[in-house]
Amino acid sequence: MTRLTLHEVAPGVTVQDMGRPGWGAKGLARGGAADRLALLEAAALLGQRAPCAALELAGAGGRFTVDAPTRFCITGARMKATVEGRPVGHCETVLLAPGEVLRVGGAEAGSYGYLSCAGGVFGDEWLGSRSAHLLAGIGKFLESGAELALGDDPEPEARALVLEPVDRLGGGVLRVMPGPQTELFSDAVRVRFFGTEFQRAPQANRQGVKLDFEGAPFESDTGGLASDFIETGDIQMTGDGRPYVLLAESQTVGGYPRIGTVIAADLPRLAQAQVGDVLRFQSVTLEEADALWEAEADVLARLRKAVAPRVRDPRDIPDLLRYQLVSGAIKGDELERE
Amino acid sequence: MTDRAIRPEVLPLGQAGVLVRFARSVSPEASAAVARFAAEAEGLGCDVAPALASVLLRFDPAQRGRAEVVEAVEGLLDAREWSALADPPAQRLWRVPVALDGPQLAEAAELAGLSVEYTRAELTGGEIRVRALGFAPGMPYLGYLPEHWNIPRQTELTSKVPAGALVVAVRQLVLFTTESKTGWRMVGRSSFRPFVKDAKEPFLLAPGDALRFEEVSAAELEALEDQPLGGARYEVLA
Repeated sequence: MTRLTLHEVAPGVTVQDMGRPGWGAKGLARGGAADRLALLEAAALLGQRAPCAALELAGAGGRFTVDAPTRFCITGARMKATVEGRPVGHCETVLLAPGEVLRVGGAEAGSYGYLSCAGGVFGDEWLGSRSAHLLAGIGKFLESGAELALGDDPEPEARALVLEPVDRLGGGVLRVMPGPQTELFSDAVRVRFFGTEFQRAPQANRQGVKLDFEGAPFESDTGGLASDFIETGDIQMTGDGRPYVLLAESQTVGGYPRIGTVIAADLPRLAQAQVGDVLRFQSVTLEEADALWEAEADVLARLRKAVAPRVRDPRDIPDLLRYQLVSGAIKGDELERE
Repeated sequence: MTDRAIRPEVLPLGQAGVLVRFARSVSPEASAAVARFAAEAEGLGCDVAPALASVLLRFDPAQRGRAEVVEAVEGLLDAREWSALADPPAQRLWRVPVALDGPQLAEAAELAGLSVEYTRAELTGGEIRVRALGFAPGMPYLGYLPEHWNIPRQTELTSKVPAGALVVAVRQLVLFTTESKTGWRMVGRSSFRPFVKDAKEPFLLAPGDALRFEEVSAAELEALEDQPLGGARYEVLA
């Protein structure tokens, strides 16, 4: 067991893994990482068979040490990070040795960064997952001074690896499939919705993201509607006709109408949008949405193939002279002397 | 609520879900169809979850396509008439103590056209069924109260009701498992928490369970807070 110490930690840091599927009938949403792709990327980089629990950093990190050498990576949001002053790149594996301090600063792009260690975060498991699910009173925000158990890194000396992250930071286009209440919105309202430019509003958390826009509310014919199931990615129009898109830790049933569902592949882009980032919705048919579905095991297999050894630019290595850069040098007359 | 016709619709909910909606608004008839269909759909190899007027089937698209699930669902739907069904008998009857001293009891009673006294008698006078678990873990939607309880939700949300709050709207009661924001009116409080995280079975209620509320005083309720299940108890019927 390796100990990870959180000497200082920003607000909003929780332990997250891939969540607890299968409890929707009991009122418990799957939960898990807001950006699931980030944990799949980390698993590919760190050689995990399936994604392990990691720290979800909601926009800022902290100061961390370990008591045994362990490789880690930061995926999801692009965050400034250093180990003893040496810069840590986005989506690359780095070795953290005992005595060294990993500092993770604020996000330069994106909303949720993930600090994953090779052996994963251990600790309290409930219904097969270690994810904090604050709405259900499961887990909590981590505090400065906390210590977490990690699985030992089976191969701390493994060569450093990098991965070109899937582009998803800074907003963009989200594909939307029809849902059970789509038809309650008139054609005109739907056309206007898909033609509108939205900005991520300041109100956002693991439950959902509010969107701002200019123009009239998106109204629907939903008087007397029964409360019904919610799916992650559902675009709910609250009482004032403004969109609120539901994320990992949403409620499971709700009474507000939903104009459609953001497909799973585009949820990381939604979760990573920062305040003010521009988001647009693009309508896809049910058939198109189903064709775009991809099993997470397949995504992971694809990411594993894309992982490559890290080649560092010497200019990024501050202690270049510490390395033996030339070896096996010869005088040039060895052959003649034989 | 006036349209009682049961016309099942088969709809997509996300890339791995098929929703069978029996009606757009709540009614005892829709809930009876939901209960019957949910029981029969257990054999379809999906995760089945009932709500108030719909049943959600979650499938694994890596194992089977939507077309296959929809075909199986339509086969079940075509096999019987879904209108005018009665609720299947309850498996369990719960007796749950409540203090009917909610801050909006009088307001809710007025909207229902009843005196406060009659309201208290009515809320504790009959059995009500768990129609769905949802919103928060283990949280029951209970129905149905008589037609005069078809009162709307508030337009403004109440920023906070405590865990154990009993709230009312649209012929239903909800018993909050955690502190929450809500648009429903709070009529009472219970010491029963149907979600116990560390219990072997954390979700105590099941759809179809019957409940009977028993009125207690605020002082009695406080004393019940330390009791197992907050003083609630159940018997297995059938």
